[in-house]
Amino acid sequence: MNIVVCIKYVPDAQADLTFNASDNTTDRLGVDGLLSELDEYAIEAALKLVEGAGGGDESKVTALTVGPGKAADAIKKCLQMGAHAGVHVSDEAIHGSDAAATSLILAEAIKKIGSMGAADLILTGMASTDGTMGVIPAMVAERLGLPQVTLASELTVEGGTVTIRRDGDVASETVAASLPALVSVTDQINEPRYPSFKGIMAAKKKPVETWSLADLGLDASSVGLGAAWTKVESFTKRPPRAQGQIVTDEGEGGTKLAEFLSAHKFV
Amino acid sequence: MAEVLVLVDHVDGTVRKTTLEMLTIARRLGEPSAVLIGAGFDAAKEVLAQYGAEKIYRVESAEVTDYLVAPKVEVLAQLVGSASPAAVMIGSSFEGREIAGRLSIKIESGLITDAVDVQAGQGGGVRTTQSVFAGGFSVDATVTKGTPIITVKPNSAAPEAVAGAAVEQVVEVSISEGAKAARITDRQPRAATGRPELTEAAIVVSGGRGTAGDFSQVEEFADSLGAAVGASRAAVDAGWYPHTSQIGQTGKQVTPQLYVAAGISGAIQHRAGMQTSKTIIAINKDDEAPIFELVDFGVVGDLFKVLPQATAAVMAAKG
Repeated sequence: MNIVVCIKYVPDAQADLTFNASDNTTDRLGVDGLLSELDEYAIEAALKLVEGAGGGDESKVTALTVGPGKAADAIKKCLQMGAHAGVHVSDEAIHGSDAAATSLILAEAIKKIGSMGAADLILTGMASTDGTMGVIPAMVAERLGLPQVTLASELTVEGGTVTIRRDGDVASETVAASLPALVSVTDQINEPRYPSFKGIMAAKKKPVETWSLADLGLDASSVGLGAAWTKVESFTKRPPRAQGQIVTDEGEGGTKLAEFLSAHKFV
Repeated sequence: MAEVLVLVDHVDGTVRKTTLEMLTIARRLGEPSAVLIGAGFDAAKEVLAQYGAEKIYRVESAEVTDYLVAPKVEVLAQLVGSASPAAVMIGSSFEGREIAGRLSIKIESGLITDAVDVQAGQGGGVRTTQSVFAGGFSVDATVTKGTPIITVKPNSAAPEAVAGAAVEQVVEVSISEGAKAARITDRQPRAATGRPELTEAAIVVSGGRGTAGDFSQVEEFADSLGAAVGASRAAVDAGWYPHTSQIGQTGKQVTPQLYVAAGISGAIQHRAGMQTSKTIIAINKDDEAPIFELVDFGVVGDLFKVLPQATAAVMAAKG
């Protein structure tokens, strides 16, 4: 089985995220980054699938990312977990790309990877932990004309068919599609492994390709801030919440809480 | 005046409050046209008319309802082509964002997700407000290409009742074979809890690690206030509460009038899901829990002592 996993290098959620004042884009350089936690579930799901298929020489998991130079760290983590190869699309012109442009780059990279051996499955996380739009899987599926089998909390592949369980608000659904397909997974699907010492050593020898936009046959003007379909007009930092009233329960905490609710007309 | 397409979020004709909020917002930009996919037209029509829908596009084909996302996108793309709307509005659920994302590529139009406010922009466009980086920033944005597609967060406007003509327009759809590739083969409805839906509720009471798996006091307090019940990721990962109730980055993002966090420390991932709530209350044993940085009112104490007392006091106050 040949699987491509789309991953993202994101600013650490614990860091104080902010914008570049010059062009209203996310400041990705001033903070430490790492592999988006939600993408670890996709890598784990991919590894489980190829391990389940009996390993075999033909099975391959390729981690694909679009991002600045430091995004190579995210690929490295995937290789340490057990992915077989990495592809890093990096180009100055990509800075400021919106979701639509990012999905274009991913789709073209997936096609190029496919020219070396067609992918059976494209796997992604449910969203990035920075932008949190959760639209890239749908956009890539639309661009590649693939069935979209998304938000999987269970995933099986058998006889050329992928089947998932999708837990929605009103129902839990089973969704099936023929391969090739695009599948996104939630954080409920598995417990991502930690890289083992052996995995960390092995990762150093694994192949990582670095591609530019030209390598994908994309024109610089089709991506980046200038090509975005939306524009951030302004941003303002939310003022910190005023310090509230804190009481220590000495037997009347619940009563005081109810008094607060009454005073603010919630009761 | 241009139409504004609003994709109706409903279950068999029972329309969710988010749709009424979107109809209200849509009137700022043009004439609201509801797009109703699935069964339940008669029930839905009444409500949609009360909240200002001038037109209802009716789509009932099983070709749409038996498949995931893609056929709904084709329906919307077809309607954008025929109606040339000023904007398309979709509720900000997981599926709503997927439909919006796919539609954006199909009709080559700019997409804004999770808007908390939408206004008419200068020169006829739209201007949206989003809350980003775990609620740390507010961002104003515009769409610069095509028909603006906006997913709108629940509780972004108070629904205003205004009579609309609600003219029925049956839509004949032709769905491509490609869009029917992901088939829904089974559907198990969730058991109703009898409580309000999380993202729509005016009050949300959530439990976390501090419950140690016993949500009974959280639920009783919630019920005394008519509130929805949520859970932190720690509580969900421990299997104490269903994932559909999870509040936070990988669960639901809520903006209720009142949010009560019981036994939740307030990690950044949780804050991302509730930080924009109007009033925040926390109960936690640890007086250094980060959740207390956000609260309007906090009780340092054991939730198993504080909540029952508060529940009794609320019940007494209500008579």
